[in-house]
Amino acid sequence: MTISQVSFGSHEPVLDIKNLTVKYIGDTRSTTAVDRVSFSIGTGEVFGLAGESGCGKSTIANSIMRLLKDPAKIAAGSISFGGKDVLAMSPEELRRFRWQDVAMVFQSAMNSLNPVLTIGEQIVDIFTTHAGYSRKESMRRAGELLELVRIDAARLKSYPHQLSGGMRQRAVIAMAVALKPSLLILDEPTTALDVVVQQEIMAQIKELQRELGFSVLFITHDMSLMVELSHRMAVMYGGRIVETAKAQDVYATPRHPYTQALMGAFPPLSGPRLPLTGLPDGVKFRNIPDLSEAAPGHFVAPFGADASVAESANLEGAAR
Amino acid sequence: MSHSLITPSVVSNTGTPALEIRGLGKTFPLGGLFSRDSVRALHGIDLTIGKGEIVALVGESGSGKSTLARCVARLEKPSSGEILIDGVDVLKRDRFQASRAFRSQLQMVFQDPFGSLNPAHRMDHFLRRSLAIHGKSGRSERETQSRLEELMTTVGLQADMLNSYPHELSGGQRQRVAIARALAVEPQVILADEPTSMLDVSVRIGVLNLMRKLRDEQGISMLYITHDLASARYLADRTAVMFAGEFVEEGESLDLLANPAHPYTQLLVSAVPDPARAGSYDPVRRAELRKAVMASQHCAFHGDPNQACSSEEPVRHQVGDPENRHWVRCHLYRPWAAASGHALASEPLPPSHPASNAQEKASA
Repeated sequence: MTISQVSFGSHEPVLDIKNLTVKYIGDTRSTTAVDRVSFSIGTGEVFGLAGESGCGKSTIANSIMRLLKDPAKIAAGSISFGGKDVLAMSPEELRRFRWQDVAMVFQSAMNSLNPVLTIGEQIVDIFTTHAGYSRKESMRRAGELLELVRIDAARLKSYPHQLSGGMRQRAVIAMAVALKPSLLILDEPTTALDVVVQQEIMAQIKELQRELGFSVLFITHDMSLMVELSHRMAVMYGGRIVETAKAQDVYATPRHPYTQALMGAFPPLSGPRLPLTGLPDGVKFRNIPDLSEAAPGHFVAPFGADASVAESANLEGAAR
Repeated sequence: MSHSLITPSVVSNTGTPALEIRGLGKTFPLGGLFSRDSVRALHGIDLTIGKGEIVALVGESGSGKSTLARCVARLEKPSSGEILIDGVDVLKRDRFQASRAFRSQLQMVFQDPFGSLNPAHRMDHFLRRSLAIHGKSGRSERETQSRLEELMTTVGLQADMLNSYPHELSGGQRQRVAIARALAVEPQVILADEPTSMLDVSVRIGVLNLMRKLRDEQGISMLYITHDLASARYLADRTAVMFAGEFVEEGESLDLLANPAHPYTQLLVSAVPDPARAGSYDPVRRAELRKAVMASQHCAFHGDPNQACSSEEPVRHQVGDPENRHWVRCHLYRPWAAASGHALASEPLPPSHPASNAQEKASA
């Protein structure tokens, strides 16, 4: 794959995924959730992974963190992080790798805070466990951390239920960047929030990213949000990447019919009211071939009558 | 409840509106049995939906959209006000609970198509029951069957899907069945509470297009409740903006979203992600808008001789051309601190107004 050569930040990729294949193995049959996926993320780059539910984007995030549980199995491929092979790490190496090197914010992260501990206790926990600071030093750093995401340090004494959804989500993002990871994985970080709060959190993430210089793997189904935040992005369908390019290029000229459908799913806020079509119900692409370069830096899976099959509605086809 | 100077917009097509809401209010008691505290979820809601018109209701979570839907659907008993369907006050006609006649006039489509269809039954069952309960079955089995097939075709599904179970269908297809179930009753009004928010993005537009088709072809009126301003603009003829249990602005969708007059509407519009204006987020402007929403100092219509204005009572101002039926509630009037704090969740609560709280308790 030549995609790994195109990256926005430095040429040294932080994360390099090659031909990753993840299968969910059942007694009678197994499903391929991620199918020969390759991409890389450069230093300080924001890479977006777009797609709908079930396309495998969260499975990729969990593979990077080595969080996959049975029956999911990484069947083939490699994940390397800063030159280290993630798939070969020992439990002790993994413990340090998670949170120190790569941190993750989950979709309902604001509900993942422990309701019986204060925010302060939970942040101090990170510092004492992973960084070995004293309690007093940890508390001081926890206060700084909250101020980094514009929450008053007095809130360290608050319990999660005393904060609004947006504040909790910001606290979780602060916790994720506590140990200055070089990669932050955001899995639908604002899906449960209102638009106004969502925009403020996205601005916050952008600001943190500029300040601390980490790379981001940003997972969402909201194309508008993704194009705003990401430098480069990939669109996934059925476990395969169907298109990858600079976010602005994908936005300006989506080439794969599925990408076009996703883009068409978001009506604009200005201009005339034009009828949109989206993806017709039950249309399915099969046997998506490997990406090929359609324009400089713009990779698209070839499609057409022979290469990928778009079928009209039928029960098997629509059981997504 | 006559708190507005301009009467709610006159519907362009003549005749009785399909649904009319007058001065609807809802308070929920707070605390224990002897507590006299209450929270005001809805206050003085006036809304008119003409025949064959789609009206969108937008607002953030906690603004009272769903409470309004639940009151209109008679799942919740409103504290005050009138709900008129075809000119008849249904709250007076069926005093205690919704009658079958009411249900056949107004149907709901819910957010979650995964939870609203019983997994143990085939599609056939849901539609047949709707027909049977409301006496719309055909005289013969063949007639009923052809009616079912017709319904499936209307919502863009194949007739052979009648034999499938919910788990065999995708989310978009299930939501279409839920719409077919509502249609089977031949209602005048469909109340759709976030019908697309649980669906995969690529099929959302399909469901919106279906709703538009039903309006165009069958003249069904709809109240479309959503937090997605772009989809409101795409589908609805008119849009009403709700904040802390009250309408603050209403008008033709295109005009309202192009020229938002209320600071809260401006706040919502500015927050919609749109790559076309990436990087437009301005923390200073945001702080100003928030402040204007929470405590307005300035009314944009002050000094206009045609507009009566006072900071005590909410006054509706007309915005732009009367053709757009666009009005905004006076910015200087603001709802109670508690309710507004809830609606703008990430902002610290403003100091409460003891006077207004006392007033609130007295009126509750």
